[in-house]
Amino acid sequence: MDPIYADAKYQDVPYEEKKQLFDEVKADMRWHTSLYGCYECGICVAACPSARFYDFSPRVFAQVMAREDVHTFYELLNESVWDCSQCFSCTRCPRQNNPGGIITIMREVAVNHGLQSAKEALKAYSRIIYKIMSTGTQVAPDMLQPDFFPDWGPDVQQVSDNLDVWRRAIPPETMHTTELAWDVAEKTRVELYMIWKLTGNLEMIEQIDEGIFMILEEVMEELLDEHGFDIDDFDSVID
Amino acid sequence: MSLLPIVNDGAPLKAKDRVFDRKGQMPEEYYKDQLFELEAKGELIIHRIADEQAPVEIDNKFGRKKKIAIDNTWHHKSCGQCGHIPGYSTSIFWLIRQLGLTYHDPKEQTSCTAWNYYASSTSNPAAQAAVALRNFAQAYEDGYYPIIHCGTSYGHYKEVREELIHHPELRDQTRRVMDRLGKPMVFPEEIVHYSEWVHVMRHQIHERQKLDLSDVTVTVHPACHYHKLVAEDAIYDRELYDGQRTAVVSALVKALGANLADYSTFHDCCGFGFRHILVSRDFSRSFATLRKIEKMKEEANPDVTLTHDTGCVTTLDKSQFAAQAHGRNVGIPVMSDAQFAALAMGAHPYKVCQLHWHGVDMRPLLEKMGIDHVAAWEEFQEVAGKIEAGEMDFMSWEDC
Repeated sequence: MDPIYADAKYQDVPYEEKKQLFDEVKADMRWHTSLYGCYECGICVAACPSARFYDFSPRVFAQVMAREDVHTFYELLNESVWDCSQCFSCTRCPRQNNPGGIITIMREVAVNHGLQSAKEALKAYSRIIYKIMSTGTQVAPDMLQPDFFPDWGPDVQQVSDNLDVWRRAIPPETMHTTELAWDVAEKTRVELYMIWKLTGNLEMIEQIDEGIFMILEEVMEELLDEHGFDIDDFDSVID
Repeated sequence: MSLLPIVNDGAPLKAKDRVFDRKGQMPEEYYKDQLFELEAKGELIIHRIADEQAPVEIDNKFGRKKKIAIDNTWHHKSCGQCGHIPGYSTSIFWLIRQLGLTYHDPKEQTSCTAWNYYASSTSNPAAQAAVALRNFAQAYEDGYYPIIHCGTSYGHYKEVREELIHHPELRDQTRRVMDRLGKPMVFPEEIVHYSEWVHVMRHQIHERQKLDLSDVTVTVHPACHYHKLVAEDAIYDRELYDGQRTAVVSALVKALGANLADYSTFHDCCGFGFRHILVSRDFSRSFATLRKIEKMKEEANPDVTLTHDTGCVTTLDKSQFAAQAHGRNVGIPVMSDAQFAALAMGAHPYKVCQLHWHGVDMRPLLEKMGIDHVAAWEEFQEVAGKIEAGEMDFMSWEDC
């Protein structure tokens, strides 16, 4: 099949490769409740925050997927799929479509295949992945550093300067932490690591950032070992 | 589904003339029926809201009754709140303590991990469902009913519920994970957000109110993942905005006697974006200031804006600093409904509400609310000084 547009991007990528990824999106169990056809009314675009500041349209995702335009799908998969805010304002669709949900599935496919575009989109984000997967809390107090949030004003510097004292000056005892949002029990972290292994989640990280994967695997292996578990005993339950 | 009356001249109806008729067609599917069917088949244990939770029933979006657990609650904390807005979680706990109720603040809880999921998709439905069910099983085993602090956790858990209900293969995958963890397959009969608890308790909060807020003008930002992502569970009230908007937060403002002010972009997102707020903040900042903060300023000029989600407080608050460099019309303090309610009841602005973690200057608002912020900061600094000097390890509830 020829590209629909003469100036379509990614013409050097074989159709079969694009079609494989397209079919993976459509094979996801959530697919059948994500798209019911598109009126082209534009309500999703009007509600979409990303559409106001990016060359992005949830309607385009719905239309491209509905008409099975594999080439444009591949372009979206490598570009504007990462512009979505995942707020799901688009679910006010009168056809009950869920463009944000389609995008969630597309992103998962992009990550599973380690697409270069996904690696670039998540490049600066990797340390967040490490935090959530290793500690069980994503946003930690010690992330509030002026070099990471220079645009958030002088308060970030004050928090950073006083972090240890200010964290201990919070009444709930679970929150006297600086590296985690709250004190997560070690047994709970062990269970979380089992989940990452049993669902193939850790292997997804290998596709996107091998360095983070290796550190994560080591951290998980060590804690599991301390609790008498072998990391290799947790094969994925996903077929 | 509401049926709006049609007027002959085609002009849009004014708010006072709108009719919200809950007798319209209701979706045939009802998650509670489906959950109980799965329980009858032996696939799930449904964690019920029991008498010990002192439940209160209120209307959800489609007019069905939703039970809200009040007492003996298990607090599913938010990583964004605990990590960056610690006064948010602390205020929730403070309110519960002041109202003489019992709660459990577990260490055996992980984040829902949905911020990461919506940001990066470096996960999958089985992992997300297993994380949810592990937390729910822990609450069940601990003997308390889960209350969800984060709007995104609340939205995501509703999404997980829909996926578990409709996909047997996901239930099978999740069951195999939970079996390996040695935990039961438990799902709560209702996903309850803390702001629903605040909503139900607003009159008791008002009874204990110490500050006169009649001069304080408030705008409200509703969280997308509260009322758009799996929309049914959200709370609506015909007495407020004719049931056209979710009632949580707004009803609290009215109960506390503050001026609830409307603005045209009420339903817009805050611009958080999950990935964007961390690594592409130019987008989040632009949307938050241009579509939300400036609209509020122009149309309502509020003293404060309240919201009920982690990401919304963060985005609306932190985006305003850099926008000043561009001469934008910003400068609205942002906090959660729980923090505002706690302040109204006399909570300490720094020891309890931890307002020094927020970006926008709160001092004019505090003065308008009748709070001596200079003395309050000195009191906080005194405790912090003792901690720094090694005279005390931590601030406790007794120090508040």
